[in-house]
Amino acid sequence: MSLIAILGAVETGLLFGLVALGVFISFRILDFPDLTVDGSLPLGAATAATLIVAGIDPYLATLAAMAAGAAAGLVTALLNVRLGILHLLASILTMISLHSINLRVMGKPNQALLGEATVFSPFEGLGLPFYWLTPLCLLLLLALVVWLVNRFLTSEIGLGMRATGANPRMAAAQGISTGRMKMLGIALSNALVGLAGALFAQIQGGADITMGVGVIVVGLAAVILGEAVLSTRTILLAAIGCVIGSILYRLAVAFALNAGFLGLQAQDLKLITAVLVVIAMSLPGLRRRWHGRRSNR
Amino acid sequence: MIEVEDLCVTFNVGSAIETRALRKLQLTIPAGQFVTVIGSNGAGKSTLLNVIAGEIRCDSGRILIDGRDVTHWSTARRSALVARVFQDPMAGSCENLTLEENLALASSRGARRGLGPAVNRDRHDEFQQRLAQLGLGLDNRLNDRMGLLSGGQRQAVSLVMATLNPMKILLLDEHTAALDPKTAAFVMELTERIVQDLSLTTMMVTHSMRQALDHGHRTLMLHEGRVVLDVEGDERRRMKVEDLLHMFEQVRGVALDDDKLLFG
Repeated sequence: MSLIAILGAVETGLLFGLVALGVFISFRILDFPDLTVDGSLPLGAATAATLIVAGIDPYLATLAAMAAGAAAGLVTALLNVRLGILHLLASILTMISLHSINLRVMGKPNQALLGEATVFSPFEGLGLPFYWLTPLCLLLLLALVVWLVNRFLTSEIGLGMRATGANPRMAAAQGISTGRMKMLGIALSNALVGLAGALFAQIQGGADITMGVGVIVVGLAAVILGEAVLSTRTILLAAIGCVIGSILYRLAVAFALNAGFLGLQAQDLKLITAVLVVIAMSLPGLRRRWHGRRSNR
Repeated sequence: MIEVEDLCVTFNVGSAIETRALRKLQLTIPAGQFVTVIGSNGAGKSTLLNVIAGEIRCDSGRILIDGRDVTHWSTARRSALVARVFQDPMAGSCENLTLEENLALASSRGARRGLGPAVNRDRHDEFQQRLAQLGLGLDNRLNDRMGLLSGGQRQAVSLVMATLNPMKILLLDEHTAALDPKTAAFVMELTERIVQDLSLTTMMVTHSMRQALDHGHRTLMLHEGRVVLDVEGDERRRMKVEDLLHMFEQVRGVALDDDKLLFG
């Protein structure tokens, strides 16, 4: 595998590290299985791409993409908290609505960004080749986001959010408005995914209506891989684990696709991801059953 | 002070299993009084506590805490006035958070939560001091996960959590029922100490008649959603467990007679 291919995998891994952090907040912190991300990633991409093409500053466009993601997350949380719709179903409803909304945002199924200035443009003068530049920028951004996520989740409000996911009855008894915490958390989670979508569009050179399919599974795979390689004792370790898990996942996929003897092709990616997640999620249970059977003998 | 007026709660309204858990229940508890509550299963003890805490909304009636009408307040809003220890040691804390984080959660009860770090030097020292008072050696385990503690230790920490911040009333829902006798005695002694030191208005639901008479100032017996016995002072001091048991059976007998009248 060439250096450029490895750096490319790291770049995508870092980018989806943002998704993994979002999924970590919804699935792990709030215990809220949120599938909105399949819609909020393309929403972020579509918003940023459309605004940039319209001549808006790429940084402002990226911020707008984050706000759009947050709004999508807020809708899901409101459907659940205020209308009492099951969390999973609420997120699926938002996800399919976003398909229509994303088409409306772009006015067509895709929006190219060829030759437009992006958030990475100001750094191009530094003399680094592009395959080094983007991963480095993303690495710095991810370091900042991980720090912010950790700082937030260890704050008083963040601790209230963790209690909301871990023991909602106790949280309410301690004066935490669990409904508001869900709204804030799911909005934050999808803001991160919106940011990922905006950057993805700017790296890839455009937004596409189908780019969100299966994003939730990729994010979940990264979170689970991160938990496998790093301890989850502290929030900081767990957050770093999300990013590392995401990079490892991309590297594993790149190696699998590169290994010709396996006969795998790019279109098998989603199947591989799903199988990986199934294995990772069932392993602890299977291992326990196996040990139980052996000790019974 | 707690004032409960004409409190009615009905579960499963309109279905075959409709249950009237509280029927126009009346109760006034003056500030600083420690009340024990007994009653058979389904008498409405837990429902009463849950209604006061805000977890269950009443169908009609009013709840006043220190003169403030809290009938339509959410649990979270009421938490500034109401602190609570649950029966299940797992229910009152988060097992995946550390002792320090659990205590930090509780020490923001009734206060505005901000973006400042939840645990800091000042709080750390305060928590350490409060845990040291328990005499369980927990003061050096602030960074341990709550899940590593035994049921008794968790209930003791829950009591500390409940009393970290000022409150108007303390609700104890059979908080020693899940513990072994020795630990239960320790937690009960601790409860007595804390309630006395802070002269808290307290309601303790219990299954043990012994506990109901030995602790507090006043004892209530609930039956079918009403207060059927209310004793304090000399009358209560003279009362023995056998008397209480006798009354308990009498009340249930009366209920049986009622049914006979209905169906006979």
